[in-house]
Amino acid sequence: MNPQTVRAVVKRSTYQDSVVLLALARQLRAGTGVLEVAALMGTPSNRDLLAQSGLLTPEAAAAGANDLVLAIRANSAVAAEGALSQAETFLMAKQRRLEGTGRPLPRTLERARRHLPDANLVLISVPGAFAAMETRKALRMGLHVMLFSDNVPLEEEVALKQLAANKGLLLMGPDCGTAILNGVPLGFANAVPRGRIGFVAASGTGLQHVASLLAAQGEGVSQAIGVGGRDMTERVEGLMTLQALDALGADPSTELLVVIGKPPAPAVREHVEARLHALGKPCVAVLLGKGVDARSDGTFLTVATLEDAAAAAVALLRREAWRPRAFRAPQAEIRRRVQEVRQTLASGQRAIRGLFAGGTLAHEAALVLEPLLGPVATHLAPGSVGTHSVVDLGADEFTVGRPHPMLDATVRAEEIRKAGQMPDLAVLLLDVVLGYGAAPDPAGDIAPAIESARAEAMACGRGLSVVASVIGTAEDPQGLARQIARLEAAGVWVLPSNAQAARAAACIAGGEPILRLLLDAREG
Amino acid sequence: MSAITDLFSQEIRVINLGLEVFAQNLERLCVPVIHMQWSPPAGGDPHRAALLAALADEDEEEA
Repeated sequence: MNPQTVRAVVKRSTYQDSVVLLALARQLRAGTGVLEVAALMGTPSNRDLLAQSGLLTPEAAAAGANDLVLAIRANSAVAAEGALSQAETFLMAKQRRLEGTGRPLPRTLERARRHLPDANLVLISVPGAFAAMETRKALRMGLHVMLFSDNVPLEEEVALKQLAANKGLLLMGPDCGTAILNGVPLGFANAVPRGRIGFVAASGTGLQHVASLLAAQGEGVSQAIGVGGRDMTERVEGLMTLQALDALGADPSTELLVVIGKPPAPAVREHVEARLHALGKPCVAVLLGKGVDARSDGTFLTVATLEDAAAAAVALLRREAWRPRAFRAPQAEIRRRVQEVRQTLASGQRAIRGLFAGGTLAHEAALVLEPLLGPVATHLAPGSVGTHSVVDLGADEFTVGRPHPMLDATVRAEEIRKAGQMPDLAVLLLDVVLGYGAAPDPAGDIAPAIESARAEAMACGRGLSVVASVIGTAEDPQGLARQIARLEAAGVWVLPSNAQAARAAACIAGGEPILRLLLDAREG
Repeated sequence: MSAITDLFSQEIRVINLGLEVFAQNLERLCVPVIHMQWSPPAGGDPHRAALLAALADEDEEEA
């Protein structure tokens, strides 16, 4: 057997974003004889990662934050050299494509504006440490900003939003994953029709879920404005929420408003509710927090789940009656399916493990599960037997030096595989998010891991149930039906919403008492 | 305020700074977009970059 070789090259002052680096690493990994690939910028934390994987050569150790490091472990020097030369070809092709117009790409906002006169929005997704300064420049130039980057300090957010509000500009974010303006999807967004519903959302995946469910019912989006997860906290005082509400209030194509977020700070809630009432347009607020129940105040509805928000919005617009439903499928069908699955479980299998790509979807699932089954942990570490957990794999702790799980399923697939080795695990609960910006085949990326986890559990004489929802539309690049079919082929029970998937998981884990509670209490 | 309602009646024209995939998505949808060749300022040192930005702010205020 040949000894292994590690080769690294450092390309000075060659900045590449995390998605490009992911694509490059994937391509190189497929090379014959290539065992491990790292393609990353030479920041201190990335150099630590290289050291941990034994890929930190002296050249790589000397790299800086603006230097691209390519490190290859291969089973021969020839294979390593081959991968490095392939990387060279990849990067050159990318540069040629970018400069296809014959003009060098602008390096400053001022130049970019000369290339694109009348530009009106800057979409910023640079690393968080540099995001605030770029945002400030854009706002000072009178441009609206969607700030996708996270890790922007709270005090910077307050200062930037004050600047934006003074200038009457939009500052969507920080940590704004999704927006749709004039029908244009920005960041991670689904292909939804234009329509009469305006959104103000503190959550990207929450907005994606509600907008996709509305699209399935033939309702579209007038404008969808992201405000970032902290906007309705006491410190930020709902600065951008209020700006957005005023704009949607004045927008003639917006007939109904949907507000998505966690329960606001009391003072902010008062302001926001007063503003909503003053606008005189019907509103549905989905506030994802403990103890939030559906309540109605004429044309102002508060609901507890994303699915309920979509259903209530449609009902209000069409002047129909509405009440929350635990499942959309007939009760008998849910009962039959749950009982069928439960027959495959061994006696000690009681736990649910949620592995999520969408932070809000994880949060919502935990909120659905806790009242039914008791405490839900939010970390990966195994708890005592039967402990339920719901983990957001897009949280900062899992994305240092790696792309978000909506782009790269590597970490999630690893965790899904491990589920096959957990003897007390009854249900694996998942989300699959489609749309522009998301991976080309998110279901296909995790399906092999699901199949392997189920096979491993089966080999140990127990079943493993996998329940999921797919957030997306038929018009999304990945195709909703294709993605659902791929999951179903892997043995997954796909439900029409995240809340329903969480309830189905609770029924499987909790059996008859939960079935009775959900089916009989809510639908009588 | 009015700048936002103005935006609702304009064509969205985007300057993209960061993930190139966002610019590619917009291009596919025929949305006018320019992708910037961004790289971290001050050699990628956030503290130095913040200092430089603060100095530039002062210059701007004095100007």
